[in-house]
Amino acid sequence: MKKILRNDLQIISSLIKEDEKVLDVGCGNGSLLEYLSKEKNVDCKGIEIELEKMNFCLKKGLSVVQGDANYDLNDFSDNSFSTVILSQTIQATIFPERVIKNLIRIGKRAIISFPNFGFWKVRRDFFFSGKMPKNKILPYEWFDTPNIHLCSVNDFIHLCQKNRIKIIDKVLLNEYGKKIWSKNFLKNLLSYQVIFCVSKK
Amino acid sequence: MKKKKVFKKIHIPESLILDSGKILPEYEIAYETYGKLNKKKSNAILICHALTGDQYCTLKNPVNNKNGWWNKLVGPGKVIDTNFFFVICSNVLGGCMGTTGPESINPETNKSYGLSFPVITINDMVKVQNRLVEALNIKRLFAVVGGSMGGMQALEWAASFGHKVHSVIPIASSYRHSAQNIAFHEIGRQAIMADSDWKRGAYYDTKENPKRGLSVARMIAHITYLSESALQRKFGRNLQNSKFFSFEFETEFQIESYLKHQGISFVERFDANSYLYITKAMDYFDLSIKKGGLTKAFSDKDLSYCFITFSSDWLFPTSETKTIIRSINQSNTKVCFAEIKTDKGHDAFLLDEPNFHSTLKSFITGQKKRLKI
Repeated sequence: MKKILRNDLQIISSLIKEDEKVLDVGCGNGSLLEYLSKEKNVDCKGIEIELEKMNFCLKKGLSVVQGDANYDLNDFSDNSFSTVILSQTIQATIFPERVIKNLIRIGKRAIISFPNFGFWKVRRDFFFSGKMPKNKILPYEWFDTPNIHLCSVNDFIHLCQKNRIKIIDKVLLNEYGKKIWSKNFLKNLLSYQVIFCVSKK
Repeated sequence: MKKKKVFKKIHIPESLILDSGKILPEYEIAYETYGKLNKKKSNAILICHALTGDQYCTLKNPVNNKNGWWNKLVGPGKVIDTNFFFVICSNVLGGCMGTTGPESINPETNKSYGLSFPVITINDMVKVQNRLVEALNIKRLFAVVGGSMGGMQALEWAASFGHKVHSVIPIASSYRHSAQNIAFHEIGRQAIMADSDWKRGAYYDTKENPKRGLSVARMIAHITYLSESALQRKFGRNLQNSKFFSFEFETEFQIESYLKHQGISFVERFDANSYLYITKAMDYFDLSIKKGGLTKAFSDKDLSYCFITFSSDWLFPTSETKTIIRSINQSNTKVCFAEIKTDKGHDAFLLDEPNFHSTLKSFITGQKKRLKI
């Protein structure tokens, strides 16, 4: 019986091969890890900062340590995982650059998903209201949001170029979670969420 | 301390070679069990007690008629549910609650061992526990759980008998005793040895025992089990019986009275020599020099670890556990870890700490599911 995963998690899981070794940073209640270990026999580990969410993982029998992506990734050695996942979390980290560098140090590749701040509706809302935009995946007020480092698709690509990080693959999703294909400037306008697969050069 | 008759024990008529190279010709293990062992013998949990604990982890302790030291956690329907699990808890080697220790009779002299009892280690304690588990015919324990020195034993189980355990749960513990911890223990030992009633450990036949020394040792140790903020919260600078300073040296502050009470009630139930031996065993503990380092010591892939620490514990701070986690991360071993936010200090593992209890419960539930028992 397959459990229903959040849309971006479903796509992330489709990028994972059987018998991989995966670290999910900010694994929440462990639904992706549970799915991967059951359906793909993946050797899973997780990091979660909130105790309550972590307890959900423990109840599922998952190996999860309480930790903070900003500081605790240093506890993992180089190339100890085939894939490291950071889903919908990079925008909430204090040190996104340090975190991304750590992800590709620990894993042979990293899968990073985030809400695209360059999405046309986000731009439109900001343009017309002049206030920080809110939507389904960015529901918070500016003064009370965990999302302190929002970025657009182009911002992310720029950061990768700056740090000589190789972009292996990217999946763009529209508002309805459907894949879209776009190579030109439209990708930054049309994608609501984005999933990058990156590695060391 | 006249209480010899009540303990449930097994006698092991074999010699035990200790880490020191000395040999115990025979020994006894006092233990208690709670719940029922299932047919497959897959539901056994070994609980390891801390420095001054005993085998009565739940229900009434017949010696002092108080609730067992982990009564909040162990019992029917509790975190360690005795309706489901078979819980074993034994008094440690060197202890004074029935297991062979300095107070026991040396078969060669027919007198209490006193200081002729060999110095022991955590590993020796665990070897004895393993012998008990063998005697109970259990091939593999579901879990070994313990706080503080109990956590050291749990880790020693992982390092020495990893193939005999499914999961190891060290709480508020470490892979070694730090310099500061050794220092506090040494003050305690010096206090006992400075007591004229100690008589180089040969006080069992005399009317007196080194109460004053042992009580001071307990008072010092007790401070290390708490935190500055918890002391402030509980006692502050409050005076015990008056609103005014007495300008005398009698017990005046509430904290003084509390510590004194801790000291006095402790000497009623604990043997001073046992205190020397067990603190020494903790001081010797260092798994980083065993088996070529922590990564190797904890590399058993069939084992699941669950480490729990407390944010205000300065005796066994989270950083110590993080060192272990970092080492375990080098290998493929399954590990869980949580730091519980509390101001209750080291003692939090014995107290009503709901987040600690829910994390432990979650881990046990998950492992039960994983192992399908």
